Amino acid sequence: MAVEGRTPEPAQPAGFRAFWARYSPLFVPILAVITALIVGAVIIGITGGDWLAAYIGLWQGAFGSPRALANTVIRSTPYIICGLAVALAFKSGLFNIGAEGQLYAGAMCAVVIGTTLKLPPILHIPMGIVAGAVGGAAWAAIAGILKARTGAHEVINTIMLNYIALRLTDWLIRSRQPLLLGDPLDTSSSRTPFIAESMRLPNIRLGETTALHAGILMAIILVFLVAWFLNRTTIGFELRTSGTNPNAAKYAGISVPKTIVLAMVLSGSLAGLAGAGEVMGVRYAVSTDFISGVGFDAIAVALLARSNPIGILFSGLLWGALLTGARLMQVRAGISIDVIRIIQALIIMFIAADQIVRWMYRIPQRKPGEEVLISKGWGG
Amino acid sequence: MTQNGQDRPVVLEARGITKRFPGVVANDNVSLKLLQGEVLALLGENGAGKSTLMNILYGLYGQDEGEIFVNGAPLRVSSPHESIQRGIGMVHQHFQLVPVMTVTENVILGNEVMRRGLLDRRQAGQRIREISQQYGLPVDPEALIADLDVGAQQRVEIIKALYRNADILILDEPTAVLTPQEADDLVRVMRTLTAQGKSLIFITHKLREVLEVADRIMVLRGGRVVGETTPAEATEASLASLMVGRTVLLRVDKEVARPGAPVLEVRNLQVRDDRQLMAVNDVSFEVHAGEILGIAGVQGNGQTELVQAVNGLRSAVAGSIRIAGQDVTLASSRTVSELGVAHIPEDRQRDGIIASYPLTDNGVLEYYYREPFARGIVRNEQEVTKHAQDLVTRFDVRTPGVHVAASSLSGGNQQKFIVAREFSHPLKLLIAAQPTRGIDVGSIEFIHNQIVHKRDEGVAVLVVSAELDEILALSDRIAVMYHGRIVAIVNNGDLSRAQLGLLMAGVSLKEAMVLQQ
Repeated sequence: MAVEGRTPEPAQPAGFRAFWARYSPLFVPILAVITALIVGAVIIGITGGDWLAAYIGLWQGAFGSPRALANTVIRSTPYIICGLAVALAFKSGLFNIGAEGQLYAGAMCAVVIGTTLKLPPILHIPMGIVAGAVGGAAWAAIAGILKARTGAHEVINTIMLNYIALRLTDWLIRSRQPLLLGDPLDTSSSRTPFIAESMRLPNIRLGETTALHAGILMAIILVFLVAWFLNRTTIGFELRTSGTNPNAAKYAGISVPKTIVLAMVLSGSLAGLAGAGEVMGVRYAVSTDFISGVGFDAIAVALLARSNPIGILFSGLLWGALLTGARLMQVRAGISIDVIRIIQALIIMFIAADQIVRWMYRIPQRKPGEEVLISKGWGG
Repeated sequence: MTQNGQDRPVVLEARGITKRFPGVVANDNVSLKLLQGEVLALLGENGAGKSTLMNILYGLYGQDEGEIFVNGAPLRVSSPHESIQRGIGMVHQHFQLVPVMTVTENVILGNEVMRRGLLDRRQAGQRIREISQQYGLPVDPEALIADLDVGAQQRVEIIKALYRNADILILDEPTAVLTPQEADDLVRVMRTLTAQGKSLIFITHKLREVLEVADRIMVLRGGRVVGETTPAEATEASLASLMVGRTVLLRVDKEVARPGAPVLEVRNLQVRDDRQLMAVNDVSFEVHAGEILGIAGVQGNGQTELVQAVNGLRSAVAGSIRIAGQDVTLASSRTVSELGVAHIPEDRQRDGIIASYPLTDNGVLEYYYREPFARGIVRNEQEVTKHAQDLVTRFDVRTPGVHVAASSLSGGNQQKFIVAREFSHPLKLLIAAQPTRGIDVGSIEFIHNQIVHKRDEGVAVLVVSAELDEILALSDRIAVMYHGRIVAIVNNGDLSRAQLGLLMAGVSLKEAMVLQQ
């Protein structure tokens, strides 16, 4: 009776324990967040703060009013899109640390289109989006081609390309002789000219505020598009297969170098879209202090969601909420905003060292095949 | 304590071991006794529960029920550390060695000899040399693991256990990775070990080895002990039927081949290996429709590179490859596969299957982009699932479903699934590299019959195997490969097993003929 194969799932012990044993691994990220918040409360308490007031402030600052909610959503949008970029690379077996640089490349391309062309919105907005995607894709393609052709590791190259993108942006904006992409009217020479009205994303009305731009819609569409692409298309299958087992992919007739370039291009185009979205929906220009760090935090967002696109919608929102709510928390409880950074760091630590979380909540150990958290998520 | 009328103490005893995994009872009330100085062979199909039992004895798993006694005293804590302390050592099928470290460093790893706070390599090396001499395990303590061949790496694993004063050694399928010569050496080592009072548990599914080396034989099936016997009482056939629960044919019944037109034509092929050495040198042969050409040879004589070149996975330096009349010397692997070529790769874990993928995805690994599994770039999940279910049913793959990860299947069932997948499309040429390596007798028989069946349908079949018995059982013609060259192509039956063995060892055809007369 033991190994007599094709029988359906065996009778499991009923009740909560069975449910927990089976589904609890899916809750690891949520439990990691809760645990991080508890440890954060302890830290606030030890330093003499009122943790309850702080967390109430954090909640209200992030979700307490339509304006707060709008700010949270705006803040989350680039994290969601950039998180998708990192996750798509993870699923393809690549560690794209260059989302930051690709985001800048996309933003700058969007600015060029937004400041030089005069078009009706119906054309101008798609043009801006395409420009962002192309900019990010081109920047990421450099690392992809280097890896495919020479085997140079994408981690090193994307980090270096980040520096180049950031410094290049800085120079393009600041240079006055010759005047490149800086705004001649801006005396501090710290930003590009503003993009034309026709390329700005329409606003969504939410209560009294009109600050919420259509970028979040783009993010939600991208979430489902990426999920569909990875799991339901042959190209997504090729990317995942090359990422999971390049040998088997090669034996299955898949060209692994091609998929490496393709994965980087797609990942970069997503990061570029995040940059374009910020330009077209929030800032209307690129400044020297644009939105640095999003590309790096996106790695955390992707890790927290285990590279699951739907999960990234939530982990991205969490990231945005923590950063948005931090201000009110500071006002209410007099605690430094840096506490939020500590909590974010704790979340990532509990995700990376998920053994701790599993031990605390009696979650069964990982089975073979489940172990590579980074590049193999729930969907495998 | 005396048992079986022999005055040997029982060194290891397991009583009523039961271990359940979700969906299976891996061990069901299993009891065993190991006497000092004996070789106890544990025989069973893949998935019979051998490895689970050994992992329990070694402390890697805890049992759900039952007790273990070492030298009469119960073993309470389930941890390898505890088992090692009590003198149990294990040589795993997949070696647990660090390739970039030396033999000495690997042996002392976790058990370092210190002198004034520093590693005492010299003393450790000295002890390794002593062990090596005492038990006939030649190995250079200063050599890097990466530079050693498989046989030597295995000796290091055995030394590692002996260095930790193991008196009971568990050898998990130790011959699966060895050449026949290396396997003979291992048998000699096992005899030396038992002569000096060590006790061995030997896990395998190779029947001949069991009869050759074991003192007692225990057969597991479906997690239970189904028989205990001795080599004197058993035959290969009786053991095989105990293992699978029915009489198996160790020979393949097949009609005389009726070869048709040549399907695969290889001419003066030269291929380099990863180190840029000439691995395949001036090789020419043909495989006709409706025949099986077996390539015999000790592993590492260019067979891997030859198969890769034919499949478009490695580029040829010179020569030509034609499949069904079409020149594919420089073709991609997809082009080759689309000509109707199926390939059962020699390393199924690495190249043939994706362990973390469900069977559904593994079932369409090469065909995912074709109708009906995809339309345009959109996958058709229903068709993919149906296909996997079809493969599982037709090839009797034992699995709880098609949505489970391939890694949850036993090796034999994985291989059956791969064969099923490769056979599920119209074929002109089948390339089967080590098609039954490391799998159980029941699956071997099944796969062999399927290969012959394909031949009878008019498919040209190229079988590459390091097992001469497999080559003899399957082939219509046999090519012997040695040092990158094909040294002889003969009809099956023209040469004896011994003569083929000589050819595989590098003796020329003429000499082989003379030596045998």
